[in-house]
Amino acid sequence: MKKILKYVVIDILRNKIVLAYTIFLLILSFSIFNLEDSSSKGILSLLNIVLIVVPMVSVLFASIYVYNSAEFLELLLSQPLRRKTIWLSVFSGLLISMVISFVAGVGIPVLLYEFSVTGFTLIISGILLTIIFIALAMLVAVKVRDKARGIGAVILLWLYFSILFDGLVLFLLFQFEDYPLEKPMVAITALNPIDLSRIMVLLKMDISAMMGYTGAVFRNFFGNATGMCISLLVLLLWIILPIWISVRMFNRKDV
Amino acid sequence: MKAGFIIAAIFLSYTSFALQIRVGRQESCTTITAAIAKANNGDTVLVEPGIYFEKNLVVNKSIVLKGLNYPVIDAEKKFENISVRANNVVIDGFKLQHTGVSSIVDFAAIKLYNCSRVTVINNIIEDAFFGIYSQYSNTCLIKHNTLHAIAATEQQSGNGIHCWKSDSMQIIANSITGHRDGIYFEFVTNSVIWRNQSSGNLRYGLHFMFSNDDAYISNIFENNGAGVAVMFSKGVKMFSNYFKENWGDAAYGILLKEINDSYIRGNHFERNTSAIYAEGANRILMQRNIFRNNGWAFKIQASCTDVVLEENNFIGNTFDVATNGSLVLNRFNNNYWDKYEGYDLNRDKTGDVPYRPVSMYSMITERNPPAIILFHSLIVSLMDRSEKIIPSLTPENLKDEHPLMKPLPL
Repeated sequence: MKKILKYVVIDILRNKIVLAYTIFLLILSFSIFNLEDSSSKGILSLLNIVLIVVPMVSVLFASIYVYNSAEFLELLLSQPLRRKTIWLSVFSGLLISMVISFVAGVGIPVLLYEFSVTGFTLIISGILLTIIFIALAMLVAVKVRDKARGIGAVILLWLYFSILFDGLVLFLLFQFEDYPLEKPMVAITALNPIDLSRIMVLLKMDISAMMGYTGAVFRNFFGNATGMCISLLVLLLWIILPIWISVRMFNRKDV
Repeated sequence: MKAGFIIAAIFLSYTSFALQIRVGRQESCTTITAAIAKANNGDTVLVEPGIYFEKNLVVNKSIVLKGLNYPVIDAEKKFENISVRANNVVIDGFKLQHTGVSSIVDFAAIKLYNCSRVTVINNIIEDAFFGIYSQYSNTCLIKHNTLHAIAATEQQSGNGIHCWKSDSMQIIANSITGHRDGIYFEFVTNSVIWRNQSSGNLRYGLHFMFSNDDAYISNIFENNGAGVAVMFSKGVKMFSNYFKENWGDAAYGILLKEINDSYIRGNHFERNTSAIYAEGANRILMQRNIFRNNGWAFKIQASCTDVVLEENNFIGNTFDVATNGSLVLNRFNNNYWDKYEGYDLNRDKTGDVPYRPVSMYSMITERNPPAIILFHSLIVSLMDRSEKIIPSLTPENLKDEHPLMKPLPL
């Protein structure tokens, strides 16, 4: 496993796209922190980037990488290796390299300019989002054999989590306007990792608008240690479930 | 020289006629009640340190009642500590505690009944029901008192400084915590509230009803259950106050309800859920206020007319202005908005395109509060952007025609 992992990580890190992604994030974060007059406002702008760009790049890059290394995977499968080991090492390789580039691109500027709980929450949620979307990409890659369809599916998935889901939530909110929806909303956010990490960071930022009655409900849940643990657990579940399903599918797949 | 003699003569005559009566364990009077019974108008009663159980101490003569090193007057949770029923009384330097609690009678640590020119100064009031209560009084000075109560529920607690049907009151430099309302005014006219600190009260820091032509200046209202409420009054002046940390769905920096012809200038609003909530407010001028880091800086209902906002700074608020209708009879001009994205080609320091402070999303959350959960998500920013180009949901006329490019130095 170690050898495959090493090979995958080196292969990806040599890839120019990951390097470009790192530099892009780095320039973006530094320019945001230098442009905004307060660093907490910078965190807010950075949050938008993290919530949109990071999932998109992770999911696209991971799926393209898996599709492109189909021949390499076939070669590995002909060796006396367990399928689970192969699949998990590809996943870990992707994970390590993408997390490294995220931490280098966003983590370092954040730690330099805004060394606070909010900053840490932002970094941690960014790392988790990276891993979640790699896991989702691998699930799609194992499910859909055709590369074009697979990448299409992955883009749709990203679109769903970043826009369509929120649109649906807004629609629901207005359809059930007459009912108290504060508590169901807490549960609904668990269905979207992007929403969940956004709320985690926003509540750490102490935005007064969240302090209304609705805000109080969210704060009661997400603000304390139990709520924080539960949301982290849910995010971890978002990693474990897709990757577990994809491992099962890969085990049975006829390559 | 001659004038000096006359002044000295007057002074001497005063000191010779006004008696000093001391109260203490070693003195002839051991209770304050006895001393007051002995005193005549104009006398001074000096009270030595100790704890006095006077039941209900009634001051019915024009005397100076002065405590030395804060003697304690304890009402044993049954009575009123001091009832003032005479004019020109001074109450200075006492510690009053354990006022009775009743749902029929408004017991207070110091209660002024129909008197004028009374001074209540330098007292410490602890665990009182009502703190200082004035009814039908005028021209009284309430200064440098510290009031602290441990209120659990609104029913079981009274107001810190409570004035009812009074006139020309001066409430200066008091500190009030833990009461129901910090300062309560009802039917009080021509009065001033200056340099007080009202924080951590159950309901309002300042509660103001049917009180015309009053001013409150340089006060600090912090962390009260529902902020400050100013209702059904006219001619109110609010200058240089701080409204901070009032959090909650129904908590406001200031709640302006049915306020007419008033002037709000130089106040600081920081970290409130809603800094100002205006409903049925007419002819109000707001100038040079700072709104910083509030959830909503200014919630103005469509029932307000002729509210003018000029030269205010709006910095770091989640929503600048929210409203509930499309009718706009108010004016915004020359304010600084940190969310303004316009340009200034002719370099006159005001933006060339108007700023619309109401975002679409603030209209949505106004109608549907749980929608705040989608705040800062991609779809919401997209909707806000498109709304800025073609306003459909936000009121078209609510705009600042000349927004400033740089914050005002306030």
